[in-house]
Amino acid sequence: MAAPNTRLDRDEIVAVRQPLTNTPQRRAMLGKLKRRPSVRNSLIALLVITLIGLCLPFFAQQDPYDLTSFSVMDNRMPPMSESFDGMVFWLGTDGQGRDMLSAILYGMRISLLVGLVSTALALIIGVSVGLVAAVLGGRIEALLMRLVDFVLGFPSILVALVLLAMIGRGVDKVILAIVMVQWANYARIMRSSALSERRKEYVEAAHNLGYSTGRVMFRHVMPNSLSAVLVLATVQIASAITLEATLSFLGVGVPVTEPSLGLLVANGFDYLMSGAYWISFYPGIALLILIFSLNLVGDRLRTALDPKRS
Amino acid sequence: MLLYTLQRLLQSVAVLFAVSIAVFLAVYSVGNPVDLLISPEATQAERAAMIAKMGLDQPVWAQYFTFLGNALQGDMGTSFVHGIPALQLILSRMPATFELVVLALLLASAIGIPIGLWVGLRDGSRGARMVMTSSILGYSIPSFWKGMVLILVFAVWLNWLPASGRGDTVLLLGVPFSFLTFDGLSHLAMPVINLAIPNLALMIRLTAAGASEAVHQDYVLFARAKGVRSKRIIRRHILRNILIPIITVLGVEFGALIAFSTITETVFAWPGMGKLLITSIYQLDRPVVVAYVMLITFIFVVVNLLVDFAYAALDPRVKLVENM
Repeated sequence: MAAPNTRLDRDEIVAVRQPLTNTPQRRAMLGKLKRRPSVRNSLIALLVITLIGLCLPFFAQQDPYDLTSFSVMDNRMPPMSESFDGMVFWLGTDGQGRDMLSAILYGMRISLLVGLVSTALALIIGVSVGLVAAVLGGRIEALLMRLVDFVLGFPSILVALVLLAMIGRGVDKVILAIVMVQWANYARIMRSSALSERRKEYVEAAHNLGYSTGRVMFRHVMPNSLSAVLVLATVQIASAITLEATLSFLGVGVPVTEPSLGLLVANGFDYLMSGAYWISFYPGIALLILIFSLNLVGDRLRTALDPKRS
Repeated sequence: MLLYTLQRLLQSVAVLFAVSIAVFLAVYSVGNPVDLLISPEATQAERAAMIAKMGLDQPVWAQYFTFLGNALQGDMGTSFVHGIPALQLILSRMPATFELVVLALLLASAIGIPIGLWVGLRDGSRGARMVMTSSILGYSIPSFWKGMVLILVFAVWLNWLPASGRGDTVLLLGVPFSFLTFDGLSHLAMPVINLAIPNLALMIRLTAAGASEAVHQDYVLFARAKGVRSKRIIRRHILRNILIPIITVLGVEFGALIAFSTITETVFAWPGMGKLLITSIYQLDRPVVVAYVMLITFIFVVVNLLVDFAYAALDPRVKLVENM
């Protein structure tokens, strides 16, 4: 717990925070998660992959975007071959003589960053919209939910593709496009779980204590309805990464100077017919491992937290 | 019921209206509409003539009504690259996409529903768990990479199937189709499989979830107590009930697959509307992009409408109630 706040009475902090940190529901939920080895294992696997993705570029044997670090003489070398100066290309080289393994490690970091940042932004926007809709109700709720239905009525790939076709490519623009198509998912889930939370007694108690609507919303209703949102977020990171990769593959995603895994696959496409499969095959494998583990964790979490199963 | 129908129709029109405004704002207000709508190769005199002809010197709201009026008459502008009306260009590519999408949906449901049923009835067994985990893999594989691996294996290494194009087509009611010739089928195989796999995973999961829930329902228990053979229970009681959500999802998926076929068409150089969209984006052929968005919105609206009505028609318990 944070240090006692000077503006608030310490007892008050305890009184407010206690329901959030130590409810029986929360204990039961964590217990359920702990009892399932599949959840723990897939979470550990995911954590390892994320750490690798974010940290390993520092261990890559060359900087794939430093033009002096590789030579075009080494282009299209198959996996496990050796360069002029004795460096081993574990996964081969691309058309410019870049070490594929290093390029994949760098690309993974871009893919992960785009996935995590856009998911975080979409989550914040979606949760706020859902919460506002649930608490305020009435015409505002109807309007917001119509908007949500409207956004969710179209496949994400189409909306993002057309949007990027209009505004051009770039990491920030891809993130914007992903946020635009994903926030509505959170809004819908947040609203429905907030609506069911709102009827519970602790919310009434908080209202009776005289807390403001905003405070009840964000300090009481939101934390208690987050579990469904977090399960969704796991799967949404995966779909954000897929979406980014697909957009980059189609040529409207990240710029060539910051190639993500999807762009690496696209670059290798031209060499596929001549048999240099490794240029697009291995980045795709990295992408697949990333997406699959995220989806697996999402699926296990959902099963574990499903109230219908004990 | 009548009131509901009217209300849904009105809603659909509202959606189309909203999209037209969004597209209009995107094309006309972000950046300079002159650059977006007039080919960069045009001379100064041509530019001036085009600006006057298209009314780009008018106020924005007046321009919107011109755009809307033209769109309602099926005029979405002329493609810069091909020089023919954008809508006509897209419609000429539509059969190729529809062929792909319909075959992919048929394949996914023909395989997915039986497997899903098998999994749902053996909920929790080792085999069922394995199928469910593989289905996660099925929708995790990025579509474009999966297509490339298919090309690598079946076209480059094994040399069994052609990697791109549509192959020989046969005119059916004046529309070219590939699935009636052997060459066309060999060209269709990989794109259809590529498009069908995520859908197959979805079908399996949907059917399995429905079946495992239906097994414990009272009507199944009752049928069993009555002495109905289990095959008949599965076919007449379980399958019939879970088919309702499946059919509605199939409807929604039809629209989604048209959008997703963009990726598959790009990988396999399939001459459909998705490939056209991507090429038009590259070539900055804005009228085609705008026409594509409006057309696909229209398809979506119609499909959603049909799905809603199909749902009510299939499930007598569902009553279409108007909400104000």
